[in-house]
Amino acid sequence: MSNSLLGIHGTALELRSQRLGLLSSNLANAGTPGYKAKDIDFAAALKARTSGASEDTAIASATRYRVPVMPSLDGNTVEMATEQTAFAENAVGYSATLSFIRGRVETITRAIKGE
Amino acid sequence: MPGPTNPMSLFDVASRAMSAQLVRMNASASNLANAGNVSGTEEGAYRPLRPVFAEELDRSSGMATVRVTGVYRQDTAPKRSHDPDHPLADANGDVWESPVDENAELVEMMESARQYQNVVEAMQTAKQLMLETMRMK
Repeated sequence: MSNSLLGIHGTALELRSQRLGLLSSNLANAGTPGYKAKDIDFAAALKARTSGASEDTAIASATRYRVPVMPSLDGNTVEMATEQTAFAENAVGYSATLSFIRGRVETITRAIKGE
Repeated sequence: MPGPTNPMSLFDVASRAMSAQLVRMNASASNLANAGNVSGTEEGAYRPLRPVFAEELDRSSGMATVRVTGVYRQDTAPKRSHDPDHPLADANGDVWESPVDENAELVEMMESARQYQNVVEAMQTAKQLMLETMRMK
């Protein structure tokens, strides 16, 4: 039911939220020696999810280690510029998806009220 | 507390990372406060404190936060200087000064503050998005 109502946006919001958590983990571990930064390939995850995979499988199959521009001596691959950009991009994507969902909900509400 | 029945939230990740950075800043402040301290014996001289961070992964949510595995004494030899007039000087007239590198400590403090700030900002953005999602009718 919820899937037919929200279309692709419900799944997209789930994935955006998961990616938000993962990118926050990267930022939290900016000072941890040996920590390898990870990211979700959003397009790949969404494709897997829409072709029927469960949320966990879709995320697991689309999670990749970040390739650092310059590897550091302590083995940490968190680069602030990269992570912040990815975080900002994801936050904007989340907001956009939220607006789409809000639009859908408003349309349905209007239809129910018969305005 | 996060556990198998209670998965870690984004706020747990942020708050633990902030705590870890706070430990780092406190250690750095202690080192700076003890810079230039002298002692009458080599063993008694102050040695800089260093916290060690480790990743803590929460398997149920896939998020990773930070854990301070311990605060260790840095293994650097104190600086010996000959100062017979010093009240703490030993039989040879030597005193031992704490081997704190002020420049390194300042850089450490600055890096820590930046990483702390970064986590706070990420948490604010995430909180804003969560609130927007909740307010949706």
